[in-house]
Amino acid sequence: MRAGRRPNTATVYRWELRKLISQKRTYLGLAFVIVMPVLFVVALSVRNGSPEGVAFGRYVHQSGLAVPLVLLIFGSIWLFPLVTALVAGDIVAAEDHNGTLKTILTRSVDRGRIFAAKAMVAGTYAFVALLVMGIVAVIAGGLEAGLHPLTTLSGTKVSVGHGLALMAAALGVYMMPMLAVASIGLLLSTVTRNSAGSVVGTLLISLLLQLVTILPGLGGLKPYLLPEQFNAWQGLLRVPADWAPIGHAAWVCALYAVPCLVAAYLVFLRRDVAGG
Amino acid sequence: MPVPEQDLQAPVRAQGLLKVYDDVVAVDHVDLSVEAGDVYGFLGPNGAGKTTTLRMLLGLIRPTAGAATLFGRDPLVHGARALDRVAGFVEAPRFYPYLTGRKNLELVAALDGGGAASRIDSSLELVELSDRARHRVSGYSHGMRQRLGIAGALLREPRLLLLDEPATGLDPAGMRDMRALIRRLAGEGMTVLLSSHLLAEVEELCNRVAIVRSGAIVFEGVLAELKRSAGSAYRLRTTDDDRALQVCQAQPGVSDAQRLGADLRFTADERVAGELSVALVEAGVALLELRSETATLEDLFFRLTEGDETRNTAEPATVGGPA
Repeated sequence: MRAGRRPNTATVYRWELRKLISQKRTYLGLAFVIVMPVLFVVALSVRNGSPEGVAFGRYVHQSGLAVPLVLLIFGSIWLFPLVTALVAGDIVAAEDHNGTLKTILTRSVDRGRIFAAKAMVAGTYAFVALLVMGIVAVIAGGLEAGLHPLTTLSGTKVSVGHGLALMAAALGVYMMPMLAVASIGLLLSTVTRNSAGSVVGTLLISLLLQLVTILPGLGGLKPYLLPEQFNAWQGLLRVPADWAPIGHAAWVCALYAVPCLVAAYLVFLRRDVAGG
Repeated sequence: MPVPEQDLQAPVRAQGLLKVYDDVVAVDHVDLSVEAGDVYGFLGPNGAGKTTTLRMLLGLIRPTAGAATLFGRDPLVHGARALDRVAGFVEAPRFYPYLTGRKNLELVAALDGGGAASRIDSSLELVELSDRARHRVSGYSHGMRQRLGIAGALLREPRLLLLDEPATGLDPAGMRDMRALIRRLAGEGMTVLLSSHLLAEVEELCNRVAIVRSGAIVFEGVLAELKRSAGSAYRLRTTDDDRALQVCQAQPGVSDAQRLGADLRFTADERVAGELSVALVEAGVALLELRSETATLEDLFFRLTEGDETRNTAEPATVGGPA
């Protein structure tokens, strides 16, 4: 190819998305986030109880808007880290496995753009999965309890419209630790060149960090561990909104994500592509 | 239209390429020089380091030492720009099995930019895959994937085509078609670097060769010169072999004269063989048969890759070869 007509990152991103939607594995993660709210609401309906000791747990029968918020709390333990890892941990390693890395690296796009597109797609997938869960949970919760004003953590009520806006904002804040998990997955995927190892490794790191939070004597570390950042969105559900945990989560998540992304980027730029 | 400066550079230049994995030297100070218009055979037994060298040329792996340029650009320095007029594949071409052949080509064309996408139909037609283009690659045979690899390479309108064992796994008809295609592309002015362990393929297609053994080049140069350098052996049948042997041994320029079955065999260049035939007649020996046994590439290949001979033994035939 002649110089001067080089594809941009957006083109590579579009094709990375097309590859993603052509793979069955992609839909496995989405199936999880669709089934989970449905099962949760069915269980609530059948047993007519409510989750104990969980923020918004006692409001699930008052407003369907509480359902996605409860699921954000439950999902942070393993579901969302797993769904995020399914793509982030696989997106480079699968190319190694298929031997297709050499195919795309011998065209007219620099390695940096390919990496950037892959990182963006991993993030996009995590976002879509979260969004799908939110939508399905609102619909399922609405069908079970109806869409009524939501009681905030401060005890005040907000309208359905305001509640939906707060939920959307909460999903945005929730994306911060999700992106940190995606960055860890991307690093493992780039370094290990093994899809299964990277996906499981990402999940294990996530679970390990949760374990650390409950170990005696390590309580001081808790604010700096990733699992804690999955609760930062709750600051939005107070009146007035408490931005402190959100700001804290932003830099703590960046502390995890940036070094992982930089390391993965540098490894990807310099690594030998010897397989396939 | 002025010729871009890049085009004036040699399609391939490699100097002192070295790749060491732990304590294994996969490629040992390889020098290569492929000129415009060459069909250059990169020949060696399996595991000799051909593919590793090609990967270094394409920037897929980093050399431990040395450097390579394509049309004057080093892929490790210039990135994808170094591949601007280059296409090909190393080992088997690989595609996304869950996409159709056409979708795979659309993908790589998107990564090529320019007018690559507009060449998809003609490329598919050229490799006779138009009717299977809408099937997933997971259902393709090895030969079909090879052909799709060629189609993918041609989307880039390359000036240099690097092919790694392109006929591997093809049936005889597929091999014939592949060679015909390479001949045709070369005939259109494309420079081809062809890695192969198939001697007949290289002998049929290439004008220049590099022979690699255990990661090191043992010969680089013009194929015809390599053959000439091997010295021509002759077979001789006469009416009096005893006398003929004496004449051969006495003739300046003739060496290794000996009986071999019912014949005599000796080594000499063409001029000396002519003089010998006159000397034999003058000695009263009639010639029944005098025929040249030109060394085949196979002879030379095995001599260079299996024998004790090193690069130095091929030195007389070397053209600008490595140290």
